[in-house]
Amino acid sequence: MRGATGSANAGAARATPGDVAALLDGSDEGIVLCDAGGVVLLANAAAVRMAPEIVPGGPVPSELCPAGSDTVTYGGRVIRVRTEAVGDHRALYLSEVPSLPRRTEFLLEAARRLFASLHPRRCARAAVDLGAEFLCDVAVVVLPPATNRRVEWVRAAAGRPAPEEGVLPLATALQVPGLNDALAGLTHGSGGRQDAGAVPDWLLPDGFGPAGDLLVFPLPGNSVPAGAMALVRRADRPPFDEEALAMARDLASRAGAALSAAMLFREQSAINTILIDGLLPPDLPEVEGMRLGGRLRSSQQAGAVGGDFYDVYLPETGAGHGIESGIVERPPLIILGDVCGKGARAAVLAGQVRQSLRALLLLESRPVRLLQLLNRSLLASPAPNSYVTLILAALREAPGEHVLVDLAVAGHPAPLVLRGDGTVEEVPARGSLLGALKKTVLRPVTVDLAPGEVCLLYSDGITEAFGGPTGREMFGEERLKDALATCRGMPVDALVERLEQISSEWLAGGQQDDRALLAVRAGGQEPATGTTTGATTGATMVWAETTG
Amino acid sequence: MVSAPVATAGFTSEIVGYLRQIEEADEFGAVDLVFGMLDEGVSAQDVLLRVIAPAQRRVGRLWAVNRWSVAQEHAASAVSERVVAAVARRVAPPPARGRVVVACVEREQHSLPTRLLAEVLRLHGWRVDFLGASVPTPHLVEWIGQVNPEVVALGCTLPVWLPRAHRAVAACRTAGVPVLAGGAAFGADDRIARLIGADAWAPAADVAADLLDNGSLMFATGNGAELPPDDEYACLARRRGELLPRALELLAASYPPMRDYDPWQLEQTAEDLGHITDFLGAALYLGEMSVFTDFVTWTCAVLAARGVPGESVVLGLAVLRGELTDCPRTRAFLAEGMRAAGAARGAPDHPETEETSP
Repeated sequence: MRGATGSANAGAARATPGDVAALLDGSDEGIVLCDAGGVVLLANAAAVRMAPEIVPGGPVPSELCPAGSDTVTYGGRVIRVRTEAVGDHRALYLSEVPSLPRRTEFLLEAARRLFASLHPRRCARAAVDLGAEFLCDVAVVVLPPATNRRVEWVRAAAGRPAPEEGVLPLATALQVPGLNDALAGLTHGSGGRQDAGAVPDWLLPDGFGPAGDLLVFPLPGNSVPAGAMALVRRADRPPFDEEALAMARDLASRAGAALSAAMLFREQSAINTILIDGLLPPDLPEVEGMRLGGRLRSSQQAGAVGGDFYDVYLPETGAGHGIESGIVERPPLIILGDVCGKGARAAVLAGQVRQSLRALLLLESRPVRLLQLLNRSLLASPAPNSYVTLILAALREAPGEHVLVDLAVAGHPAPLVLRGDGTVEEVPARGSLLGALKKTVLRPVTVDLAPGEVCLLYSDGITEAFGGPTGREMFGEERLKDALATCRGMPVDALVERLEQISSEWLAGGQQDDRALLAVRAGGQEPATGTTTGATTGATMVWAETTG
Repeated sequence: MVSAPVATAGFTSEIVGYLRQIEEADEFGAVDLVFGMLDEGVSAQDVLLRVIAPAQRRVGRLWAVNRWSVAQEHAASAVSERVVAAVARRVAPPPARGRVVVACVEREQHSLPTRLLAEVLRLHGWRVDFLGASVPTPHLVEWIGQVNPEVVALGCTLPVWLPRAHRAVAACRTAGVPVLAGGAAFGADDRIARLIGADAWAPAADVAADLLDNGSLMFATGNGAELPPDDEYACLARRRGELLPRALELLAASYPPMRDYDPWQLEQTAEDLGHITDFLGAALYLGEMSVFTDFVTWTCAVLAARGVPGESVVLGLAVLRGELTDCPRTRAFLAEGMRAAGAARGAPDHPETEETSP
């Protein structure tokens, strides 16, 4: 420093203490002089602006006294503190790190965390975490009240590890001032400061102490709020300033958008689940004298439904048979089919076909006649392209644990039969696809399965899988037949699983189409396989490593 | 009825008895046997992990040494699936803990190990959603969005699916749900699980259950591991389609016995080369040489048990190496693979002696 103050350098022009004070107050840097005991001797205007608690004669707030030089957070501001020795005293030079980076960091974090989850409670956790990290000591989100007049809440407190969650009667929750209006969407857009003295106990974690400042905001949703958020600062901290208020509003509007998206997703998923449940293949029942095994895989990555389907129709049981009821007696019946198209639209049509057949089966049991009726109903369908290929098989028990399979095939790949000696036959049943032409041509076939023999119904997703070493070769019927031939003696579950696995392996990394397999094996008891050993002679790569 | 004697050294009589039932694909017999154990006071967890799991591991060995056919192995696994389901129906404690989603990585078809984990967690009182084999990652993400589980337990048996496991873990963690990884693909320690970003790893189902029970779902030292930068995995995946037919052609030229192969044998060979390429890709993706060399060693043993000399594997790797001139890392991996195949060729033809699975 050049020049002089006070009494030194007598004779030269001097700056007065008033000049010095004005000089210091003119600085953007906060300057605090304190004695060795940490008592403030002098603080300029910038220092008081940054830390209003600093008064001459009082202590320097401990947060502002790092060991050396450091960046500290004080009253929501980020302040860089430089400490210098000045004679016996200590000078603190405070410069506020512009709040923009903090705000930017907040915005980036908010964008990243709020939209990561599709689950409302996880969204709420992200919102309160952000609040406690950037804005306040305690942040609470209250989700919209459920029908039973209870509300879920999620709370984060600065310095505590994980958010807490709970459920409260709505009336208790509404003790928070302003919460009623916020949840009802009455506080348009803004919301804001509420009486911190009226904060109910439940809002704060144990041992928090008295609240100093309270903000309550609605979380704006699509039409009604997606909940409300309360932000609390401790009594010993400065209240929310304009900057913090703006950030809090921002947090509320972003959290509201994320939460309402998550709630919409939850609602739609719930509807989806209900719809899909009706379209999934049934659990295969036990049928006297035979065993069934089925597999269905949909090409839809996130949905579980597609255009392939199968179903089982057991005979009507109980009273109501006979001529009086008009309901026909019939053996168990299985179907496997493929509707034109993929995804949800195809699945809906598949569901309609399954349901139509269920109704038709009350009055008709002959496979060919059933398919003709189904064809007419599809032709009458208002939906365009209601084309279906289908196999229908009636399963009749015969003496000696034989099963007679009456097959009608409409435009579908013909079933395969695995004989007891390991040979595989293609069933010569043929017919035109359904839903296209008024006249259907169907050539039914009855197959006689000896005990242990298997009739396999499959969809073209299996045989038309493109893959192999080049990635461009079709799996094809021959490979399916070869694969089936290796399944002699296998339980029917294992058989369909193995065929699906072989077809998956053929695909390597390729795109999967809808695929369906349904097999029926004659005989109630699964056969022993212990008599065949070392059937593989080449280098088949099927793994069986398991972990404990 | 028992075709080949089952080597039983080191197995309890329960395991031997159970193996006999599943060898004959006798579902009812196997269920009776296991229920008998439960009646005698053996815990359900011990039945699952000390009887069924080791028996199934044994089944894998028996197939590897060509004592059991693929059909037998599949039949046995199908029976075990049903037995596990029967045990689960019989011993069903009410859920007392949080919700866990258990799934196999997309394309992973081996569901039994993961299913055993699901049942053990159920026995520990967790509410378990078992999504089964080969769960597409978008499906998994949709599901966790719906049910908000505390943890996803992700099973992977074959290392080839580890790149997919990596993507699945990232998707779960983005959705805010921690992932516990397990299964033979991860090997004998937590290294690979860390590499793909999992929050925890367990070597066995009971250990996984203990980790979850204690709430200690975090690598004690934090994760911090990162996959090495790599562009050769993508290159290999892209070129797979043209590389394999070309390699087959060259292999046929340099390995005379192939000239007499029938179409079926040729297809098997093509499949083997495909598997080798896929394991190579997974090893490159992870930067884990052992993923590749372990597979080569194992393949040599499996082929030797079927009378195919290890020579053909060395040649196959050499052909691939010759084709991939512009991929230095891949070539280095292939060179290591050739070394492993050479060493395996010298070893006795008993994959049993190389107990690779944990």
